[in-house]
Amino acid sequence: MSDKGVKFVIGIYDDEDILLDAISSVRGKGVNIHEVYSPFPVHGIEDRLGYKRSRLSIAAFCFGFLGTCLALTMMIGMMTIDWPMIIGGKDFLPLPVFIPVTFEMTVLLAAFGMVGTFLVVSDLKPWGKPKTFDLRSTDDKHVMAIEIEKNSMSEIQLKKLLESNGASETNTKLMEE
Amino acid sequence: MKDIFDFNIGIKKNLLYLFLGGLLLCLIGVYQLVNSGHAHEESTEIVTSYISDNGHSEYHWYKRVYSNLWINIVYFLGISISAIFFVAIQYVSQAGWSAGILRVPLAIGRWLLPGSVLMLIVFAITNHDIFHWTHEYLYDKSDPRYDYVIDGKKAYLNLPFFLGRMVFFLGIWYFFYVLILKHIAKEDKLGGTASWEKLFTISTVFVVFYAFTQSVAAWDWVLSIDTHWFSTMFGWYVFASWWVSALALITYMIIILRDNGYLDFVNHSVIHDLGKYVFAFSVFWTYIWFSQFLLIYYANIPEETIYYVERLDSDFYYPFFLVNLILNFFFPFLFLMTRASKRFTRFLKVACPIVLFGHFIDFYLMVTPGVLKENGGFGFLEIGMLLLFLSAFLFVILNGLTKLPLVAKNHPMLDESLHHDI
Repeated sequence: MSDKGVKFVIGIYDDEDILLDAISSVRGKGVNIHEVYSPFPVHGIEDRLGYKRSRLSIAAFCFGFLGTCLALTMMIGMMTIDWPMIIGGKDFLPLPVFIPVTFEMTVLLAAFGMVGTFLVVSDLKPWGKPKTFDLRSTDDKHVMAIEIEKNSMSEIQLKKLLESNGASETNTKLMEE
Repeated sequence: MKDIFDFNIGIKKNLLYLFLGGLLLCLIGVYQLVNSGHAHEESTEIVTSYISDNGHSEYHWYKRVYSNLWINIVYFLGISISAIFFVAIQYVSQAGWSAGILRVPLAIGRWLLPGSVLMLIVFAITNHDIFHWTHEYLYDKSDPRYDYVIDGKKAYLNLPFFLGRMVFFLGIWYFFYVLILKHIAKEDKLGGTASWEKLFTISTVFVVFYAFTQSVAAWDWVLSIDTHWFSTMFGWYVFASWWVSALALITYMIIILRDNGYLDFVNHSVIHDLGKYVFAFSVFWTYIWFSQFLLIYYANIPEETIYYVERLDSDFYYPFFLVNLILNFFFPFLFLMTRASKRFTRFLKVACPIVLFGHFIDFYLMVTPGVLKENGGFGFLEIGMLLLFLSAFLFVILNGLTKLPLVAKNHPMLDESLHHDI
């Protein structure tokens, strides 16, 4: 084996209930799980993996607020400061009229910002290379990946641990950085 | 876990104090009104010049009492019917998360019957003073006070048809409520899914019926006060106000019951969902409110803008206009935005009463300027009447809460509610 890349132990699971129990008992042994891949959302898996709550909503708020500011700046800049116009007998600063556009811009930027942020942080960005430990995780198998170097156990010990917790198959995989 | 709500003497005593306090404030308010005479007369003459009140009857102090009665009747009746609507949509959507908490909105629905009776009585007393269109002379061509516009609406706005609609809607709503109650009681006794399936059908029919009749009721009971004016958004606007008030009350009652040792299975996820309801429909109310406002503001047609001129150009109503927006939009929007504020009860315990009061102000603003014009006021009478109605309302719904066990025993989806997790 070459020195390039990181070595992972991979456990394949057929059933999500077995997987959930396996995650708990593996983490109970003090093993650090790199990531679990599943073909569909598994209810309660974030809690078992001990994930912290996503901060995506904060990003959404910031992008949304940016949208509000941009829309208001644009409209006030155009309609009030740069070229004041009387439309329908309204003031030069008809705030109620600006609200629909402000609302749309807020929603647009919040949505785009949220999707963009999500793609970047979850390695799905166009220039990124998604890590696929086992292609079957896109079909009907759940895949648990454990980085060997980050754990005190050896490769064989880890494989034994996974098998004892219901993994139908265990592999070793070298992933490029 | 306590299964039956204990409506003990302590709670009843507090309600009695609330009632007496309300009565006292009302009496002080009436006393002030009788003695002040026409103190408001000179104020804000600009507004009167805008209003084409040809032949509108003079202001008397009791008109303010009537207007308050009507505000409270419409407000509490709306909360009550919206709570029944909440139960119905849970069955229509076959929702599992809410199975355990449905007894609370069901109890709020108990106000429907006394509320309806009160509404009919108060309408019989106050019709000329609240509803301008009930005057006979408006339709008499030989009378100088003849009103061409109102005469054109005669096919719809006439007393027999109006009363017929009122009785018909209230009657059918109550009929559906009794049916829902009956089948829920049956489910408790017999179990199985037969009642649940029956409730699905009943609720579906009710939701469709309510969707039409609620809009018409809103035109009749609130919109027709400003007889010349009309808005196609109005049915939805009133619905949104009723609905979010009902949601806030349901949430608040569930939290208070939980704090007192009832409904202890209600977890943070259920509270979270209820909080999301309050948050989302506060925004929905704003959306409807603003859609109505923006079109009228932008089109700038005099017969339409008069409604907002009465409210915005008046020194007295303008602050309420702002308070209405702050309490019903800015406050719940910013306060309930984060996840934590919807999951933990101490935030919702603050937000729900404020939203409820905000929508009372909303109804105050819908009714008062139309009835009292520039003679409107907000003082002891308004607060007292609200407390008076609140105590009666709470008495009826808390009494209703004791009639059935607090948790459905045999609801087929109860388990989903107990383990609700989001």
